[in-house]
Amino acid sequence: MRSYLSDRMGAALLMAPLLLFLVLAYAWPFFGVVKWSFTLPTPGLGQYEALLTDDLVQSVFIRTLRIAAVVTVVSVAAAYAITVVWVRGTRAQRLIAEFCILVPFWISVLTRAFGWVALLSNRGLINSWLQAIGFISEPLALVRNEFGVIVGMTHFLIPFAVFPLASAMRSLDDRVLLAARGLGSSRMRTFWTVFVPMTRSGIIGAAMIVFVFSLGFFVTPAILGGGRSVMIAELIYLRIFQSPDWGLGAAISVVLVLFVGALMALLFRYVRPKQLI
Amino acid sequence: MQQPGRAAEIKAIGIGKSFGSFRALDNLSLDIGRGEFLTLLGPSGSGKTTFLMILAGFVQPSEGRLFSDGVDITDRPAEQRAAGMVFQGYALFPHMSVEANIAFPLKVRKKSAADIKRRVGEMIERVGLKGHEKKLPAQLSGGQQQRVALARALVFEPGVLLLDEPFSALDKGLRGQMQAEMKRLHQETGTTFVFVTHDQSEALALSSRVAIFNHGKLLQVGAPDEVYDRPDNRFVAEFLGEINMLPLKGVHPAGDGSTGLCEDRAVSMRCKAEAVRGDAILAIRPEYMSISGEAAAGENGIAATATNSTYLGAATRLDLTTRQGAKITVSVPNEVAAAALSKGNSVWLTWPAEKGFLLPHGGQ
Repeated sequence: MRSYLSDRMGAALLMAPLLLFLVLAYAWPFFGVVKWSFTLPTPGLGQYEALLTDDLVQSVFIRTLRIAAVVTVVSVAAAYAITVVWVRGTRAQRLIAEFCILVPFWISVLTRAFGWVALLSNRGLINSWLQAIGFISEPLALVRNEFGVIVGMTHFLIPFAVFPLASAMRSLDDRVLLAARGLGSSRMRTFWTVFVPMTRSGIIGAAMIVFVFSLGFFVTPAILGGGRSVMIAELIYLRIFQSPDWGLGAAISVVLVLFVGALMALLFRYVRPKQLI
Repeated sequence: MQQPGRAAEIKAIGIGKSFGSFRALDNLSLDIGRGEFLTLLGPSGSGKTTFLMILAGFVQPSEGRLFSDGVDITDRPAEQRAAGMVFQGYALFPHMSVEANIAFPLKVRKKSAADIKRRVGEMIERVGLKGHEKKLPAQLSGGQQQRVALARALVFEPGVLLLDEPFSALDKGLRGQMQAEMKRLHQETGTTFVFVTHDQSEALALSSRVAIFNHGKLLQVGAPDEVYDRPDNRFVAEFLGEINMLPLKGVHPAGDGSTGLCEDRAVSMRCKAEAVRGDAILAIRPEYMSISGEAAAGENGIAATATNSTYLGAATRLDLTTRQGAKITVSVPNEVAAAALSKGNSVWLTWPAEKGFLLPHGGQ
């Protein structure tokens, strides 16, 4: 009993610095943001009422949800394919997949966004190449719109979707797959009817992580959206730093945090945190 | 393995398998008869499971050919062989209900919904899972999961059912129950069963024939009483149960059988001495030896001293040492054991000539 208690004490002590940091760096400032949302410019629920009526805020909210949904579907599907190779491929395939998963972590989000601009812009690599071979006469609008934002965000988020998927695939009993094939099921059918459903918790976990991350994206949409595909984080930034509308910015932040919190609560009803690593 | 509803006849010719430098299976040839219950028996790493996986099509043999009903199926992938298979740990689909698990092989074969419903219903009844149709595997006991695995493997009427140590996770009582059930299913379906185990009593109790493996080699195949009473070599003799071994000298053929000298006393055997002339080992199962005050003239017998006894309830296990130091164990009625121990120790061990068999001296 004593050792159990001292174990718990030890664990609490080890976690304390992180908790303290989170409280000081996030919880406390956020508390201030909550206060602003009810007090600026005048005390009351005015900012929240404005949220419900402001067309711009609502359209940005809807666009954010739409982009996040598309990015989630594309990222999880792409990550699923990479993870299958990473977990179940031959030695060489695993090595290549691992390289593709880890390298993006070493390149900053800013560098990657500008990289995509270089590729996708009107005079970028893709358009000039397509024009050079005569496939198109006018450049395609690949960037400064939602398409560009989705490409950039998907590229950034795929590696994050890989880990929960890999965890689910690694814990899968190979004999179940053998059993399916032994019972007459083709490889394709076994993949869709046995392998994919058995990695469901990984898919849910990956989708949630990507979706939640997408909601708060700032740099990528700001660069690749070119001011036309504004997402919620950029809107908050604009409200706070460019128009002195701190109250509305704060109210949007509070709604966003509550929404993400609700999503996380939902996630942990289906998936244990351990399965996400 | 391709015709549903009909037991398959399998022929393996010169099957070998190497994993890198490890020789898992060496030059195995074996005929498995239609509707037979064949057990592959051996310690772990003996090659029995590798052979089962080759039969299922999950492992490709390095050499040799495999025939089913006369058709070469060596290169046919597992999903086209469709042998029913029950895995160690069952390998049920965790996300499917009992019903869906059993329906899986029928759905793969694109049977009509009505046909699937009827056959799954029959199978559920047959393995006693009525009322559990909608449950997930995780909600079932070990024995029930085992029944689902059996039902799923049998529902599409495969020509052969392959079982990889299916009872290893069950406790003893349930094991006996499932063994009886499996025997019944074998009789009812008439399908060829190939069963892998390392438990010799399970092998002897269930099978029509037993194939004994060691170090990647098939050592002997035969009916349970055949391999138990007349093993070809020392490994088989020892693996199938307790065995007493006495050194023999001057073994030579005599009449229908053979004779030799056991600790300076002539003994006779029914088996032929061709393979093992001169020095040999006489092997006798403990339950065939009895204890008496004196061996009659012409009767097989040897003098020994009782050293230890273990009370087993129905009988007593008695450890004895012969004059030349051979250790013998016998299982005798309790009062015989008590008498043997109290009698100033020296007793005679006797055995019928047909129960002793000869093994080569030394080695295997």
